[in-house]
Parts: sequence; structure tokens; C-alpha cells
Amino acid sequence: MTRPAVLILGARSDIGLAVARRFAAEGHPIILAARDSASLADAKADLVLRHSVAVTLAEFDVLDTASHAAFLDGLGPLPAVAVSAIGLMGDQTASEHGAASAALVIRSNFEGPAAILGEIANRMEVRGNGTIVGISSVAGDRGRATNYIYGSAKAGFTAWLSGLRNRLAKKGVHVVTVLPGFVDTKMTAGMDLPAKLTAQPGEVAEAIHRAVTRKRNVIYVKPVWQLVMAIIRNIPEPVFKRLKL
Amino acid sequence: MKLSGWGRYNPQDCRVTRPRDEDTLRARVAEGGLIARGNGRSYGDSAMSGSNTVDMRGFDRMLSFDAEAGQLVAESGVMLDDIITTFLPRGWFPWVTPGTRYVTLGGMIAADVHGKNHHLHGSFGAFVDWIDLMGPDGQVRRCGPLDNSDLFAATLGGMGLTGVILRASFRLRRVETGFIRQETVPTANLTETLAAFEAHQSATYSVAWIDCLASGDSLGRSLITLGEHASVGDLPRRNRTAPFAPPARKKRIIPLDAPGFALNRHTVQAFNHLYYKRGAAKSGHSVTGWDEYFYPLDSILAWNRMYGRRGFVQYQTVLPLATAAAGLRELLETISASGLASFLAVLKRLGPQGRGMMSFPMEGHTLALDFPASRATFALLRRLDAITLAHGGRYYLAKDARLTADTLRQSDPRADRFHQLRSAEGLTRRFASLQSERLYL
Repeated sequence: MTRPAVLILGARSDIGLAVARRFAAEGHPIILAARDSASLADAKADLVLRHSVAVTLAEFDVLDTASHAAFLDGLGPLPAVAVSAIGLMGDQTASEHGAASAALVIRSNFEGPAAILGEIANRMEVRGNGTIVGISSVAGDRGRATNYIYGSAKAGFTAWLSGLRNRLAKKGVHVVTVLPGFVDTKMTAGMDLPAKLTAQPGEVAEAIHRAVTRKRNVIYVKPVWQLVMAIIRNIPEPVFKRLKL
Repeated sequence: MKLSGWGRYNPQDCRVTRPRDEDTLRARVAEGGLIARGNGRSYGDSAMSGSNTVDMRGFDRMLSFDAEAGQLVAESGVMLDDIITTFLPRGWFPWVTPGTRYVTLGGMIAADVHGKNHHLHGSFGAFVDWIDLMGPDGQVRRCGPLDNSDLFAATLGGMGLTGVILRASFRLRRVETGFIRQETVPTANLTETLAAFEAHQSATYSVAWIDCLASGDSLGRSLITLGEHASVGDLPRRNRTAPFAPPARKKRIIPLDAPGFALNRHTVQAFNHLYYKRGAAKSGHSVTGWDEYFYPLDSILAWNRMYGRRGFVQYQTVLPLATAAAGLRELLETISASGLASFLAVLKRLGPQGRGMMSFPMEGHTLALDFPASRATFALLRRLDAITLAHGGRYYLAKDARLTADTLRQSDPRADRFHQLRSAEGLTRRFASLQSERLYL
């Protein structure tokens, strides 16, 4: 039984690696794409050993949008599922005072992922099938003082995924938007996260796998986040602007 | 965050971080007072540090497997459960497994765990080829029986106090099926129990459930279970086409803390009576799936909640062969007379110590008990300590939550040598657990 391939963009991230493991466990060949992909040799060995699947390492730079088409050509057959686990939190203060660092955050979370997923979507549209998974963030649900550069980029990405889903709904291509909430990863190391609101990378991967198989549209990994964000979105602006969140 | 061992006794506030790369880990080592933690299955405070507990489960990759030698190289945070589910379908099983599969590779090495085959094969450390250890300077050294052999010996059973175990190479054994051919032998008293262990020295696996509330003529009555890896021909016909897939067992979970009185002398006595009668009636041969045979408690997730909110403590000692009969008799009489009941009581014949400098096993018999944490329990355990010391016994650090540095030293002259080695190598400041501070290791 040969399963279709799954492409992980941003494969060095903890969520990306966990998603790779989840799909490999189902027997899917995996393509791990990242910068300095050679450093993923251990991750590749682990996937091959545990799940006896084919694993390919592919060099990929999300910010080098001009290279995206060639990157996809180099992969061979278009994968069945493409997951973007790319994200950059950045430093909010630095982003407020330096256009370059703000641009890096916006490009890494929105422009870059939208460019590569857009290219993949066009090819999947031609083929008539495929699934695109974009990992966005609850930070995009409402801008807050502490991380609105990151949040606004994620908001843009969320809207972009929504539009893409709308465009391809009748073309056989499914688009999943993932809003993980807090996740215990390298990105959040050192932050004091509330345990009940924080997911492990493996839980995110499980939710993504379920969403892909069941063709869900927008998922919050921990259901409680849906409630939390509904409340946050509905706080009237005159009140919200005075809050410390 | 509040952290405790598997016994859930005496939780402490601990700072816990989960690095996922060597550079971050190196920075943690530089902070000092570090102890690595795996899946938190040691019973007491051996994997807890107030200032610097490092959760190693972020290092969980399997790196290579040599199918000729059965040699697996993996990072220390890899779970035994993952090793088994990955390799058993290919015909491999760990040479040594403890009584739970929810332990990490690093934890198994640090505690130098033993299994039901210790009398024949030794402890986990006997099958470790090398260990990559991050030392006090942040450098990673490969230790094995030939290179850095002193450090290797001190790390097997060294409770994480010689450095951070990053990776290790160890061996698996070939098995034909995932089933165990089991034989249950009931014994009527302690003399019979010990004789049965000697009579079955050639059995691959042997362990006794002991009724620690039986007294008088029945003192030490047990059900000894012997086991051998089954061949395909041993299996019932319906299992022969899928020899590595024992029927999945239903997972049960203990959802909340049982009230403190749920396990008392009377309920345990009633249970023990029924369990022994049932076991004795069913004695003889059977074929059992690997998980039910090796990990009966793993099917009850969070079984440690059975003892209520205050948790429980384990008491595990090994008595040398020469004094075991007298010592065990005294231990069992004292427990039976105390009115306290140990729900789980396990007796096992152990072989010699092996390569680990601080490894628990020695030629003799080990008794493992658990008691709900209470003032009466601690008073009883002090009486048991006196008996253990009088008979030349020593303690399993992975189970301990309450020994004193004095008692440890009286039982185990190795403790001072271990501390000297740690001081000489500059390890004491960098690596420390609540247990190592309590026991002055």
C-alpha cells in the first residue's frame, strides 16, 4: 500500500517535526523542507527507523520567493498534502522600532508562506486534488500591544487561507487553517505559559492529522481556545484598548 | 511548577525546562544544580531539582539500528514503549525491561533498571555499548567499557549525577513472537518460595507476588510466575498469523484520587486472599501477551492515584543470599504485625551487581513494597531499615523518597566512594537532585 507524500515546510520547527511523525506513522512518505536541511539528518533517521517510510530532505528558504517554483519542480511529483509550519515570533519591541525587523516578521509569517502555498495551490488546482495546511495563530484573531506585528502577519495569513479555501472549494483542493494557541516549543521556551491552555507539539500534529482526514476547515487545537478567542474578539474596543493582554 | 515522583509523595516547587538542542542544554548545565528527568517514573525525588530540572523528553529521536547485532542508537528521551512498538513487529525485544514501559532510555540507564531476568542476564547496563554524556564543562564525552570506563561505570545506576545522558547505544534481542509462555507456581511459605526460585534458576523470567499479610505457617506464601519467550508453535492457532500482535488490552484510568481509606489492611487482606486462591487454582501453563506479562500495571493509567492525595512510598531492598531467608522472614513478620498493608509486594531473585558502580542489584533477594505515605508508614519503614541493615541489605535509589544519608551509608559503602568521585570530577555543583542533596551523594 503506497500512501501519498506529505510535504512539511519549516520542518525544523517542533510542530513541523511532530506533524511529520504523525503522517509517517500512517505510512506516508515525508519531505522535510527547511533551511540548512542537512541538519535534519537525525530527524530523518528517526522517521525512517520508526515508521519505515521514505524521507527526503529538501533545501528551502521561504523568504527567497523567486526560488519557490524551482524548489517545487525539484521535488518531483507534487505532494498530496503540504503543511506550512513556518513562523517567526520576532521581538515586538525591535519590530516596533525597526522597519527591517518588522518586515522580517511579516514576510516570514505571511508573505513567504502565502507565496509558497500559493504556488502549490495553483499546481494542486491544475491536478484537481490536494490538501494545504497553514499553521496560523490565535494571535491573528485580534491585535494586542504585546505582539501585534506577529499577530497582524498571522491575521493576514489567516485571511489569505480563508480566501484560498473559498477559491478552491469547488476545485478539489482542501485548505485547513490551524490556530494552535500556546504550544510548548522552542519558540515559546522561557515563556510562562498556563498549562491548561498549552498544547504539546504532538497534540497539534494529532489535530492536524484529524483535520486533514476529516476535511475540517478551521481548527483550534485545544477547544478552550475557541472560547477564549471568542471572548477576546468580542470585548468592545473602548474597553479592549485599555486592557493589558 | 509542583513536581513529584511517581509516588506523588511530598511534591516540591521545581523549575522545569525542556531544551531541544545541545546548546540550550549546555546553558542549563552551566547554571548548575541540574538534574535530568525522563518520564518521571522514579518513585521519589531522584529526578527533581528545585532550581534546574531538565525534562529530556525533547530529545527523543532514534538514530540508527544495526539489524545484525540488534544494536539501537537513540537519544535518551526516547520512551521504552516507542522502542517496543517500533521493534517488536520486526522481531526484537529489549534484553531488560523494568515493570513499566513508560520510562525513557536515559532513565533506564540512570537507574540501571533490572527486570524479571536479572538472575540470568543482569541489568539494563549489561546491554549498553556506549553513552554520550554531557559533562560539567558542557562537553560531550562518549563513555563505554573501554573509553572513559570509570565514568561509564559511574553513570550506569548513577541517577543522573555524573552528567546528562544524551544518547546511548544498546542491544535488543531476537524474539519469535510477542507472547510469553507463562507458568504459575504457588508456594505455601517463605522456605518454599526461596527454594522455588533456586529450582527455577534457568527460567528466563521469574518473579513472585508475595502475600505480605500472610502470617504464621503461611508467612511468605507466594505466586511465582515464570516466563519464556514463546515460539510461533507455542501460540494458539488463531495468533500464529500475527505473532507480534497480542490482543490490545483496554486502557483504564484512575480518574481521581481514591479516598485514603480505600486501601487498608482489610481490603488488601481480602484481595490477597482471593488473588492467591485464584492464582493457585489456575496454576500451570498459559500463553500471555507481552504487555500483560511485563507491564500489568501500565493498563491502569495513573494507578499511582490509587493511594490518594498524600501519595505513597516504595520500599525496595535487596538482601544478600546468605541472610535473605532470615532477613525476609523478619521483614515480613514486622510488616504483618504492623497492621499496615502493602498492596503490591514483589519478591525477586537477583544475580550479581554487574558493571554499574552504584547499581542496585546484588546476588540475593529483593523485596519491593509500597505503602500509603503516613506517619505510621514511616515508623514502620524505620523498623524495616534496622532489619535491612542488620542483614547486610541495600536500597534501590530509584524507589527511594525518604532514606537518610546515615542509613544509606550504613547500608552501602559505595555511597561515599561515589560522592568522592563526584567531588573529584567537579560534578557535585553542576549536577544535583533533591535526593542527592538529601543523601549527600
